[in-house]
Amino acid sequence: MAAVTADQKSQKTFGTAGTTDADRVAAFDATVAADERIEPRDWMPDAYRATLIRQMAQHAHSEIIGMQPEANWITRAPSLRRKAILMAKVQDEAGHGMYLYSAAETLGASRDELLDKLHAGRQRYSSIFNYPTLTWADVGAIGWLVDGAAITNQVPLCRCSYGPYARAMVRICKEESFHQRQGYELLLALSRGTEAQHAMAQDAVNRWWWPSLMMFGPPDDASSHSEQSMAWKIKRHSNDELRRRFVDICVPQAEALGLELPDPDIRWNEELGRHDFGAIDWSEFQEVLKGNGPCNEQRIAQRRTAHEEGAWVREAAAVYAAKHAPKPSPSSSTTATATASASASASASASAAASDQPAARTGASAPHEEETA
Amino acid sequence: MVLSHRLGEWAGHAPVLEEEVALANIALDLLGQARVLLSLVGDEDELAYLREERAFRNLQLVEQPNGDFAHTIARQLYFSVYQHLLYERLAAGDGEFAPLAAKAVKEVAYHRDHAEQWVLRLGDGTEESHRRMQAGLDALWRFTGEMFQPVDGLDGPPSGVDREELRNRWLAAVTDVVERATLALPTGPQSGGWAAGAGRQGLHTEPFGRMIAEMQHLHRSHPGASW
Repeated sequence: MAAVTADQKSQKTFGTAGTTDADRVAAFDATVAADERIEPRDWMPDAYRATLIRQMAQHAHSEIIGMQPEANWITRAPSLRRKAILMAKVQDEAGHGMYLYSAAETLGASRDELLDKLHAGRQRYSSIFNYPTLTWADVGAIGWLVDGAAITNQVPLCRCSYGPYARAMVRICKEESFHQRQGYELLLALSRGTEAQHAMAQDAVNRWWWPSLMMFGPPDDASSHSEQSMAWKIKRHSNDELRRRFVDICVPQAEALGLELPDPDIRWNEELGRHDFGAIDWSEFQEVLKGNGPCNEQRIAQRRTAHEEGAWVREAAAVYAAKHAPKPSPSSSTTATATASASASASASASAAASDQPAARTGASAPHEEETA
Repeated sequence: MVLSHRLGEWAGHAPVLEEEVALANIALDLLGQARVLLSLVGDEDELAYLREERAFRNLQLVEQPNGDFAHTIARQLYFSVYQHLLYERLAAGDGEFAPLAAKAVKEVAYHRDHAEQWVLRLGDGTEESHRRMQAGLDALWRFTGEMFQPVDGLDGPPSGVDREELRNRWLAAVTDVVERATLALPTGPQSGGWAAGAGRQGLHTEPFGRMIAEMQHLHRSHPGASW
């Protein structure tokens, strides 16, 4: 993060008596141009704020919905080691959702409101999670391909112009690369295992390859938000550019895995120094976006059910907290959320003690807590 | 291992994101503890995936289905208080489990705190949460006696543990939480129709067979494969 002195910052934030709108815009533009970070109390264009809320909410929703296809295999994981890894991963995803909702809250949105929009189908989540996990190998394919695509997309976000988002992404990307390696390793074990295991791995890659390429979004000439997002340095690279980068990464990895990518048109293009690959079926992508993918209904229904069936628990926590709020201290928790996050930070410290996992894997408190306090 | 599996079933279904994290965390801790213990006896996966129902020695309490959140929390309260008191004693003793218990006791102290906090919130929350919490405590009460019963085929309790003392401390701790939560300690029998230590003898409740069928099916479908 670029260093901003306290003086510059307060000026940027509150302005002086004579600050005009033009000054504010100029300060914003200069901050973005200098690759410095916009912080929650800085002035920002309304459209910048709205774009970020939309993108961060969608990102948070993807983490939460993305728990489902993998959690589908927790109770059937074929070894205790794999089961522990998968549980830790699904737990991380909940943690990532929490960072991202917190980061979105620095822009004035609330988690409850964003979740309501998700449940009402008014905000999206990544289309990839509308595909079913049909075999154990899908857990590996998701790790390798889906997390791999997510990382390719998200690493540039660590330099995003909005500070809280960029800092959340630094933490998330570390954990995601860990998951991706584990997914790759899972597939490798299958690929080198029995014939049936190898076939299971190949089948999973066949089913997840194209949907993973779609995770980069529509082609550049059809991407409505791209240009403005790049100008604001929310986005650093175009959809197609990231997609090509991902294919270049995956081709040698697939070879090392001993698995084939289901695209007969993939070949090295000497002239361009990258891989050519086949055409994506954008009509399938459109159908999934419209809600007609294999699992759209199921995913949202499960999320709604969990939320609705949990309502009495959240209500109880809120009532209890109100009854037992210590009166004199102004900083004490009085809401259900505050009470619940107290339990979550306890869990974060417990998770550090769990074996086989990186110590930083949960961390219920988002990295930008100081800005929201 | 069995309780960890049950908690794993909550993933994606918890009432609030923080509980997704917390329940998965507890499940992971318990799975970690189980793996250490199973590995002392043999191959952890062989023991987890290739034993049939009658060969499992877990308490009936931990195999009980999740039910609603209050039901899950009641199961957590009963078990984590027991586990915490037991591990404290094992850790203080000089038996072979002392080092393992010393490591696990920190995790279990957190599990206990988590369960107690939720019993308080639900018991002393709304009318509905009070009713559900009481129902959870009542429904699982009959599985609690087993924790303190002698185990067939084992000579006496593990070193440093006096079963009667453990039962008294457990009862005192659970009573304290239940009362602070404005709830009533269940009054029925603590053993529901089984001889002493049923789960320890491989006598389980009906939902357990279905649970391990799900847990084991993939492993069993590929004999000898490694994962």
